[in-house]
Formats: sequence, structure tokens, C-alpha cells
Amino acid sequence: MALVLTEEQLMLKESAAGLLAEKAGVAQLRALRDADDALGFAPDVWRDIAGMGWPGIAIPEAYGGLGYGYTGLGLVLEQAGRHLSPVPLQSTVLLGATLLNELGSEAQKQALLAPLAAGELHVTLALQEGPLHAPEDTALRAEAEGAGYRLHGSKCLVLDALAAQQFVVIARTSGLPGDSAGLTAFLVPADAAGLTVERRSLVDARGVGALQLDAVQVPADAVLGDVDAAWDGLSRSLDIANIGLAAELLGIATEAFERTVGYLKERKQFGKVIGSFQGLQHRAAELFAELELSRSLVLKALQAIDADDPQLPVLASAAKAKLCEVAQRATNEGIQMHGGIGMTDEYDIGFFIKRARVVQHCFGDYNYHLDRFARLSGF
Amino acid sequence: MSDLEKFRAETRAWLEENCPSAMREPVRGFEDLYMGGRNPEVDHPDQPVWCQRMAERGWTVPHWPREYGGGGLNKEEAKVLQQEMARIGARRPLESFGISMLGPALLKFGTEAQKQEHLPPICRGEIRWCQGYSEPNAGSDLASLQTRAEDRGDHYLINGQKVWTSYADKADWIFCLVRTDNSGSKHEGISFVLFDMASEGVTTRPIKLISGSSPFCETFFDNVRAEKRNLVGEEGKGWAIAKYLLTHEREMISGFGTAPRTSLGSVAVDTFGADASGRLRNGILRHTIAQYQLDALAFGATMSRVGDEAKAGQGLGAASSIFKYYGTELNKRRNELNLAVGGEPALGWDGDVYEGGATSRDWLRSKGNSIEGGTSEVQLNIIAKRVLGLPD
Repeated sequence: MALVLTEEQLMLKESAAGLLAEKAGVAQLRALRDADDALGFAPDVWRDIAGMGWPGIAIPEAYGGLGYGYTGLGLVLEQAGRHLSPVPLQSTVLLGATLLNELGSEAQKQALLAPLAAGELHVTLALQEGPLHAPEDTALRAEAEGAGYRLHGSKCLVLDALAAQQFVVIARTSGLPGDSAGLTAFLVPADAAGLTVERRSLVDARGVGALQLDAVQVPADAVLGDVDAAWDGLSRSLDIANIGLAAELLGIATEAFERTVGYLKERKQFGKVIGSFQGLQHRAAELFAELELSRSLVLKALQAIDADDPQLPVLASAAKAKLCEVAQRATNEGIQMHGGIGMTDEYDIGFFIKRARVVQHCFGDYNYHLDRFARLSGF
Repeated sequence: MSDLEKFRAETRAWLEENCPSAMREPVRGFEDLYMGGRNPEVDHPDQPVWCQRMAERGWTVPHWPREYGGGGLNKEEAKVLQQEMARIGARRPLESFGISMLGPALLKFGTEAQKQEHLPPICRGEIRWCQGYSEPNAGSDLASLQTRAEDRGDHYLINGQKVWTSYADKADWIFCLVRTDNSGSKHEGISFVLFDMASEGVTTRPIKLISGSSPFCETFFDNVRAEKRNLVGEEGKGWAIAKYLLTHEREMISGFGTAPRTSLGSVAVDTFGADASGRLRNGILRHTIAQYQLDALAFGATMSRVGDEAKAGQGLGAASSIFKYYGTELNKRRNELNLAVGGEPALGWDGDVYEGGATSRDWLRSKGNSIEGGTSEVQLNIIAKRVLGLPD
């Protein structure tokens, strides 16, 4: 497939940039943070986004979506990264819709994807239990009881937890932590008895929470896909999610870089603009090269999702590892090259480094994905 | 049958008939490349035969116009020819700086008479060209070159010295940057002239590199006569031609960085072994290889993307400015890893047991990639100023 955007995709990118810049930019993120907003996004802005059809962008038309594919969603996520948009695109659209589509039965897809595509339903993934992403190590237990299951355990890093009406909880139904077999995905409603949703506060000031499940009872039809066999669908969903997050990181890194280059052209010291110093010029030029490589890899990985490419796992880890590395460098250089003003809360560049680190961490950071890339490459 | 299918069938039949079997053997090294010229280096008697047969059809340079000795093929036909040659493993019949560098410059800047005179012998492999650019005091700062060309009416008298002239000792003609005027800025007053290396007053001396013998030479001009009809473009306006040609050279060099066929990680596993989970035993080496392979993958995707964007009419993006810099740095990383993974045998310099020192000599030679054709530092200056718009 040609590594190039179509006219339709370029138009989508433009319209995403316009709406997010106006209604969900850094200023809105700052206001939500300063107001200590529990939800972490503005519901009326989400309704505007739903009006554009973006929640259903990657959902097949048969289930009420736009059927634009993940390349389209990736372009929107890149713009969300550029503007640090406080919107639940990652939780509900990238993770929620993908998990339902990959794991769900026909009946589950029929029931849930249409309201999700309409922006009325928020679904998010509850996977991580320890300090690091390690899906095989899932220990949260689900015990068969009567016609259903009882779930015991806890989860952290649940994106937009306070907005979710449904959680996709990954639980162990057999085997031991460390086994990829024996995992099952359950749909757990937010109002289930025994479920506590606790708000958490991370550096990026976005909506995130932790779950405590004390003997939460769910019926048999709460199982998403097959019992003990969530791994393949989960793994593919995580590959898709990591490529989407790589697209967001591309937007964050590119915007941080452009703001920094802009500052290099303005700021004067020693009687000259600091951008005339070769020490800074070469660092900026090297970063530009890394960003161009990042853009190619993200596009290649997004296209691999839509083309059902068997190389998807290795491309997903490649894209996430590369974008973790480059976003880290771009945001670090952003602070350093802004100097003292970059350390102040009043200036916006700090928001980029904070969001970047959270996105880098989610579902595996540089270390996790470079290791996986090497393993999948045969070493 | 469409015209293209007909062309394919005819091409296939002709190649089967005319490509000698020895020319279907894989290229093992530089000695297998045929560069032509007045006194060609012939490693196998079929090399000139194959070159001549292909040249008769214009297929040594398939995409050049027929009137200048090319094949006049359009893109689709040229692709078919390439595919059909690949199908039987046919070698390219002729490699030369005339094809890759001078030709494109003459097609763009040359007069009709210059094209008629110089392009057909390039296509037939009769004249071998070399490039006279760098001087001892004009490397990265190429425009400060001082080789003088004095106006003598119908000709120039040339005095000075060039360095890094590849194959100067084997070339028949040179395309050379000379200074015709010293009064203006250094970019003005440079002219692009062609002359015969057999002229009186030309001497060459080979340069031995850290990697051993090399095609590079020092070239000296002592009152050498160059006819004015062989001035390309206007007098004093040669810098634009020089830069145009450099972009061709940089594209060629940056190609060295594309992902190699063999995975270095797999080679390392064969040498060092893997743990129970299949991971290379030395975690530090594994990290370095993984980072290299990741960047090679991303670089390859970037080359594809820039090509695809150009084909889709979106223009040659800014990304193309990184090719020379990134490709050569990547190739140096690859060569360092070849040493790390290869161990003692990779350090071999001579002898059959070390395959003639191929690994270490390639490693040493790769150090030049980020110097020749514009250093990495010059490339970063170009990106900073022209792409990012940072001031002087």
C-alpha cells in the first residue's frame, strides 16, 4: 500500500485540527485541571465530537460506524496529541470500540457499538494491576458461580474511569499469573454491586481511575468472547491501541518541536536569536529527522491494521517504541531549549512533557516494546 | 495483448537470447561491475559483449532519449525491463559516473551540441568520466575552490589541484569545477567545464585509505587546455549545476542506509546463543541491535513514504532532506555492529581465513559515507536553515 494520505484522509485531518484547536486545546485542559474537574473532559465538547461521527470512525458501517478504518482514527488522534485535547477518544474509541469489535459476539456488537458510535456510551479497558504493563501477569480472579462469575481484585490506570458506563475487565479464569492462556474479558457495568471506582490524579491531569472489585457478580453473558481465550483478541486490541497512542505521541512530539523551533527564532541572548547557534541548530535538525522517521512508521503501522497485515504485532511494537523514544526526546528538548520559562506552569510547554510520559507508559513503554520488537524479530 | 505485454514478451525473448550466462551470475564485488572506457578493466570477456549488445538497444541507459543513445523507454517499460532482467539475474551492463552524474546535468543544462557529443559515448560505454569537485582547501566549503581557469580566447588554461577524484587514474574525461572569476562572492565565478584526462598537464596519484586501496586520487592540472565549447551553462554560473549534481550524488550515498537483507539480530543469536525465551544472551548488545533495526525499519518506511508522496503529486517533502544524513549515520551504526557481532574474524585485515578483511574494510570505508558528498554536519546545517528556517 502506498505510504501516503488520500484526499479524504487529508480533509479529515484538517477538520479534526480545526475543531480540537477551537474547543479542546491546551487552554481547555488547563481550565479543567485548575477546576479540579473529576471527569477530565467537557461533555458538551464530546457531543460536538460525536456530531462529527468520530467515535464511530473505525467502527464498521454495519454497526453504526463510519467505517473509515484506523488510519482515519490515527489522524484524529495525532491532532488530539497536538492540541493535548481532553477528550475520551483513547478510552472509548481506541480501546472500548476496538475490544468490543475484536472480542465481542455478534449480539454484543449489535447492542453496544451503535450507542458507542453515537457518543452515548463510554466503555474503557481495565487491565493493568501493577506498576508496569504486564498483561500475562493478570491476577484478578473470576470464579464461576451458578450461571455467572464473581470477580475479585483491583485494577489501575483505567482511562476515563469516571465517565465509563461499562468496563472491559481482564480477569484470570484459569492458569497462573504469567500465563497468556486462561484470561477472560468481562463486561462490568459501572454500577455493579461491589465495584468501587476511585479517581486518581496523574501528572497529565486527565481523567483516570482505579477499580476495586469485591466479589462483583456478573452473568455468563458478560463474557466478551470466549472463556479462558481472551489473549488473541486482547493482544490484537493492544497492538491497535499502541499504534493509536503512537499517533497521539506523534502529534505531541511534533507540536512540542514546532513550538520549540518557534521559540528559538524569538528568544535573544548575547545580542542574537538563540536559533542562530549551531549547537541548538544541530539538535533541532536531528530531532526533525527523528520526527520524519516517526511519521513514516506510524503511517505504516496504521495501514497495517486496516490491511490485516500479519506483521501487525512487530509494527505495533516498532511504532510505539520509536514514538516513546522520540516523544521523550522532543519534550525534554522542549523544556531545555525554552530555558527557565519552560519550567514555569504558566507557560504551556510543560503540559506536553506531562501528557507524553503518561501516553508513553500506557500499555507498554519504550523498554517493553523495544524488547517485544526484538523478540518478534527473532532475537 | 497490450503494448506493455508485447514489450515484455519481446524483452524476455531478447534477453534470453542475448544475455551471456556469465552475466547472469550475482555480482560479488566491485570487480564484477563494468565501467567501460577507452581502456576498460575487463574481469570477464563477456562484460564488453553484454554492454555492447545492450547499448545497441539503448538499454544501458533505458530512460534517456533515443537521440542521445538511450532507450527512450517510459517508466512502465523501464520497469518491465528491470523486472525481466531481475527474472534471469542479469547484471547491469554498465555502471558509470557518466550515467549517474554527468548525464542528468547535461540533459538539464547542456547545449544540444554538448548532448550530441558526450551522451552517446556514455551510453555505449566508450568514455569513462570522473568528477573534479573537492580540493585540499575546499571540502565541506566546496565553493571556496581555487583551481583557476584563465580565459585564452577559444579555450581556458587550467591550473590547480583536485582531491578525492574517484577513478581519476582510469577515467577518460573529467567534469570539473573551476574558478573563472575571483572578484565576486565565492559562489559566483565558478564554472563547470569538461576536458580530456589525456590532455597534456594532467597527472593523477592514487590515495590509500584507512580501509586500504581505494578508487580515490589526487589530480593535478598544470596548464591544461579546455575548449570553451565544453563549458556547460554560462561562465561563472557553475555553482547551480554543481549543486544539482550533488543532490544526485547524495541520493546515491544515502541508499547505503536502507535495511539490509539479513537481520543482524538473527546473526547475533547464531553466534552468541539465546536464553530460554529466545532473547539474545547479551542484553546490552541486544538493545543496540534492536535500536538499529528499529531505525533501519523507520528509515526504509521514510524512503517509501517520500517516494509515494511524490508519485501522488504531493511534491518532494522536507523529509528528503534527511536522507543523506540519516542513511549514512545508519550505515556506520550497522558496520560498528558488524564488528561487535563478528568478533575476532571481523577484525581480520588480510588472508582467505578472513575473506580478505571484507568486514573490517567495509567498516572503515563506511566512515567516509558521512564525509563524502557533504558531511553530516553540513547536512544538519542545511536542514536547520532551509527546512526549519533557523537564522545565520
